[in-house]
Amino acid sequence: MRDNSPAASLLGGFIASFRRDLLIAARHKAELTNPLVFFLIAVTLIPLGVSPEKTVLALLAPGIVWVMALLATLLSLDGLFRSDYDDGSLEQMLISPQSLYFTVMAKVLVHWLVSGLPVTLLAPVLGLMLSLPIEGYLPLLASLALGTASMSLIGAVGAALTVSLRKGGLLLSLIVMPLYIPVLIFGASAVQTAVQGGAIGMQLAVLGAFLALAIVLAPIAALGALRISTNG
Amino acid sequence: MTESVTEAAIPLLELRNLGCERDERLLFSGLDVQLFPGDVVQIGGPNGAGKTTLLRALAGISTDFHGQIRYAGQALPEAAWEFAGDSLYLGHLPGIKKALTPAENLEWYKAQSGAAISIGDALAAVGLYGYEDTPCYQLSAGQLRRVALARLHLSCARIWILDEPFTAIDKLGVSQLEALIAQQSAKGGVVILTSHQDLSLPQLRMVNLQDYQSARDKTKIGLGSLSDGDAYHA
Amino acid sequence: MAWQWFHRLGSPRWFYEKTTPWLPWLATLSIALIVTAAVWGLAFAPADFKQGNSYRIIYIHVPAAFLALAGYYIMAISGAVGLIWKMKLPFMVMKSAAPIGALLTFVSLVTGSIWGKPTWGTWWEWDARITSMLILFFLYLGMIALQQAFQHRDTADKASAVLALVGMVNIPIIYKSVDWWNTLHQPATIKFTSKSSIDPSMLYPLLTMVIGFYVFYALVLLLNTRVEILRRENRTQWVNDLISTTNKRA
Repeated sequence: MRDNSPAASLLGGFIASFRRDLLIAARHKAELTNPLVFFLIAVTLIPLGVSPEKTVLALLAPGIVWVMALLATLLSLDGLFRSDYDDGSLEQMLISPQSLYFTVMAKVLVHWLVSGLPVTLLAPVLGLMLSLPIEGYLPLLASLALGTASMSLIGAVGAALTVSLRKGGLLLSLIVMPLYIPVLIFGASAVQTAVQGGAIGMQLAVLGAFLALAIVLAPIAALGALRISTNG
Repeated sequence: MTESVTEAAIPLLELRNLGCERDERLLFSGLDVQLFPGDVVQIGGPNGAGKTTLLRALAGISTDFHGQIRYAGQALPEAAWEFAGDSLYLGHLPGIKKALTPAENLEWYKAQSGAAISIGDALAAVGLYGYEDTPCYQLSAGQLRRVALARLHLSCARIWILDEPFTAIDKLGVSQLEALIAQQSAKGGVVILTSHQDLSLPQLRMVNLQDYQSARDKTKIGLGSLSDGDAYHA
Repeated sequence: MAWQWFHRLGSPRWFYEKTTPWLPWLATLSIALIVTAAVWGLAFAPADFKQGNSYRIIYIHVPAAFLALAGYYIMAISGAVGLIWKMKLPFMVMKSAAPIGALLTFVSLVTGSIWGKPTWGTWWEWDARITSMLILFFLYLGMIALQQAFQHRDTADKASAVLALVGMVNIPIIYKSVDWWNTLHQPATIKFTSKSSIDPSMLYPLLTMVIGFYVFYALVLLLNTRVEILRRENRTQWVNDLISTTNKRA
């Protein structure tokens, strides 16, 4: 009757969820660009609010781009499970014979592809606007790629915890932001060190370790949180 | 033949001494129901009696219950995976993505739990032939509901848990759904549903949750606290 | 037998009645320890040769910082026990521990800031420990905010337990990261006196104070939990009996 071989069904469930979320994201193109526009506007505020002086901006650039990327990721998190909760798909995911771990992973992966990755790719442009020295661009791309992925994963836990709350958006930021601090420290430092001519292998390795840890633990915490949120 | 006899001796789904509690209020307790292949059970009771809570507990969404749910002779937490593959739950929320087309929606469900027939056939069976590629946000509430009901045709699950499946569908749809439930029963499946509709199925059994409201509840004492007290005296 | 004891621990009533006689002992002990340590530390311990008398604020700052961190672990472990064994009492302990921990973190931040003025000449210094304390304070605030956001108490308990656990996993990472960040940015600032170099005449009153704070913490947590028990069980017979006997006595 059914194809019950676990491996095939695990992969099948993951691919189906991944494709579905990607399709939904593609049909809501306007929502995709919002974090990017936020990122752009927020970075533009800095020269206006601080100083357009190139030396000042160059000094601040690594930190500012990183902080703004963090905020842009945070803003897009609220929608991660929200629509699934509202239309009943979330209940169906919880009781599906597929592993919820992989369903959550598929959703987070799509979230990263449509928010973290574009933010990462836009970051060099913003670096240019903030006169980031040339040595900083590659480290910026690498550290943001690793860091935004960790942030999507950690943020998924917060999104799962607040999914049943009508006004969960601000609360989500509140509980997730402190957890982002280690990622921010090592990410921004990678760019800063590179600009000063130092080696950044260690920072990238630590960011990679954070990502590995997040891949293992965050979906487990998120799926537990999803079960709790739909229970009430 | 002997095999079907032994199979019939074990209920496909069994609720043993089941009770549900919500916000420290005991909704019902001591519920014992056995569902053998072919059974259709309608859960009755006034609003707030705990019908939805019961169905959510049965489906495995809620864990706010005590007592036992047994699937094919095994207690549920142990057989949860097999149960998930053999059951289908339709709740108040349709579980349909409005940004996707009916076919894309069902594609996901097919990947989740397999399919008995093709998606096109399932949609045709609920009267949505020709709507396969229309985005769901263009469909009416009744049509959206039908997309969800198409899962009943698609799925090969033996246990159907349906919460108010007749809402928002027209007269023809109601009779079609009734026929479908009868067909599921004839195939040896079980259906457990809530509805305010009077159903004309001969094999229908009514379970009224009001009969399982305990005397304790009338004094509004939380059950959790009571059982704590019991443990204390034990 | 051991398991029976463990499951009884899940009964709020058993806990409430069992802990009633502990309260006066804990109160006496904590007051005795704290008063002794305060007099010892403030009046008898010698002044620091570099910082003079201003260092004496460590007799509040250090124990508060200790307990703030330990409190988070107590909170998270209670939450984990509640989730794993599906017991109600640990959730009550967890909920009661959050505001106490937040308050202790706040105290250690304020005392750290007051200490910073004579030591560094500023009210706020981005020192590793102070920064970590600040982040710990944010974690506590997030816990409290999440707890209060839910209507359904069960959901509130379980959701905040998950958050506490996630926080617990993250705290060592946050502390290490902040430490590393600090050495990167200000390698030459004055550090707090490290524990190994502290003179015994200063250390003993400090240790007494730390123990006093632990006992005091236990007392406050117990009192808070007992209030939470009464609040949650207010519809049960035993609480009603308790109230009527208390009223009769009064």
